[in-house]
Amino acid sequence: MTGFNLRGAYAIYVRELMRAMRTAFQSILAPVLTTSLYFIVFGAAIGGRMQAVDGVNYAAFIVPGLLLLTLLSESTSNASFGIYMPRFTGTIYELLSAPVGVAETLVGFVGAAATKSLILAAIILLTATFFVDYRIEHPVLAVGFIMLVASAFSLFGFILGIWADNFEKLGIIPMLILMPLTFLGGTFYSIDMLPEPWRSVALFNPIVYLVSGLRWTFYGTSDVNIWVSFGLTVAFLAICVVAITIIFRTGWRLRT
Amino acid sequence: MQEPILEITGLTKVYSGGSKALDNVDLKIRKGEIFALLGPNGAGKTTLIGAVCGLVRPTAGTIRAFGVDLARDWRAARSRIGLVPQELSTDMFEPVGRAVAFSRGLFGRPADPARIEEILRSLSLWDKRDEQIRKLSGGMKRRVLIAKALSHDPDLLFLDEPTAGVDVELRRDMWRQISILRDQGVTVILTTHYIDEAEVMADRVGVIRDGRLLMVDDKHAMMARLGRTEAHITLAQPLDAVPAHLAAYPLTIAGGGLELVYRGGDGTGRGKKDVADLTKALTAGGIDYVGIDIRESTLEDIFVDLMGESA
Repeated sequence: MTGFNLRGAYAIYVRELMRAMRTAFQSILAPVLTTSLYFIVFGAAIGGRMQAVDGVNYAAFIVPGLLLLTLLSESTSNASFGIYMPRFTGTIYELLSAPVGVAETLVGFVGAAATKSLILAAIILLTATFFVDYRIEHPVLAVGFIMLVASAFSLFGFILGIWADNFEKLGIIPMLILMPLTFLGGTFYSIDMLPEPWRSVALFNPIVYLVSGLRWTFYGTSDVNIWVSFGLTVAFLAICVVAITIIFRTGWRLRT
Repeated sequence: MQEPILEITGLTKVYSGGSKALDNVDLKIRKGEIFALLGPNGAGKTTLIGAVCGLVRPTAGTIRAFGVDLARDWRAARSRIGLVPQELSTDMFEPVGRAVAFSRGLFGRPADPARIEEILRSLSLWDKRDEQIRKLSGGMKRRVLIAKALSHDPDLLFLDEPTAGVDVELRRDMWRQISILRDQGVTVILTTHYIDEAEVMADRVGVIRDGRLLMVDDKHAMMARLGRTEAHITLAQPLDAVPAHLAAYPLTIAGGGLELVYRGGDGTGRGKKDVADLTKALTAGGIDYVGIDIRESTLEDIFVDLMGESA
């Protein structure tokens, strides 16, 4: 066998999706429920009393941000658990002894994690229609951006799952870094609403570019240039791919 | 000579803490043989297997399998190697049939439900195909690991302590399975603590200790070379010392002078002839005896002796 082990990648991909189906409540229902609560509280209940932002009704304004909040956390946790659990239980021996390399592993694990996130995104957007009247001005770009973000953060989660050597470490980055950055990244507001110097400080938050990019695909307005958002997301994805390639070449935390 | 199916040269593994798990190991495995790797805990057996299977990064040395360098052509080589690990490591929530089919796909083989059924039936797992693995007994779980390792029809199979912690009946069952694999042309390398397992199963035996391969030989040749006969002759009257006319025999006095102990021979039956000659010499010398207990040494005796010598 030479080249890409397509069957191997497919086997990993299907198995990871099956694993998600086995834990459908945790993988799908729980994040959908949580996001729906955000829509109800911040959108339907409080949103009616808030001013429109950039000409967009507040309840609709927060939809891209909330979608991204779920996408980031689910992509990261799905991929990190996907690779951490085989390491933790010892079943990684099978992966390491099989004719699969970094490409098959990424297509399998990261592809499945990204797919789960996309399914989740679709369900969340569908659910949002019950509570909020929103629109998507650039649906093709929206789907593309969502796929890009889901892939990038699944890759990031994969790295996290290899780096972590206990469950606490697995939760530290999503809970203590990703979640606060997302909340402060313009999920619930436009950073143009912030006074200086906080607006300038906010530009150092990478999540701002993601929220802004996705919001542009929905309403055509953004805090930062859309191409900067796309560019930074692609760059982040590329950095993660390089990091994972190095991890596989050196066997860091995978092979003794 | 036929090219070995696996050729290990100068394999060394030094872990980050500085401990040397493998020390310049050279080993050739012939196609179709069952090779038993014996050694105490921490001897380097699992590290050796791990290095071949891609779980351990060797510090030095080369590994060639099926004529290709594993470091370079790892995909081609790994697709023909199966591994049954020592630990019961598998997704316990997965149904048996799906777990085995997954392994086949992982190794790049097309889906083949008929082959999966054949493997499951051969391991008495067919009735359990829809059961979650966690619901099976320990022995059954081990069979699942074997089924997973066989799912892609490997030419070279590693079994790391395949019968550790399983009952006697299952051990015998495993031995039968391994024999069937040999008949099918699969080359098997197994590590074990049970010397009798190696004695029953293996064509060749390797003894490893502290990362060094102390000996590799054909099982029968090893027993012929290092084996011996031990006879305990119970005397009617005690002796103070070994009589002069018996000085040519390797004898010692035990049991307060009431037992003459012979330790000699070479595992080919020469010892038995020596004991027969000895009894004649005893009778000729007027030394009466009331019983003889004679036995040939086992592979375990040889192993224990080797471990003692190298310590």
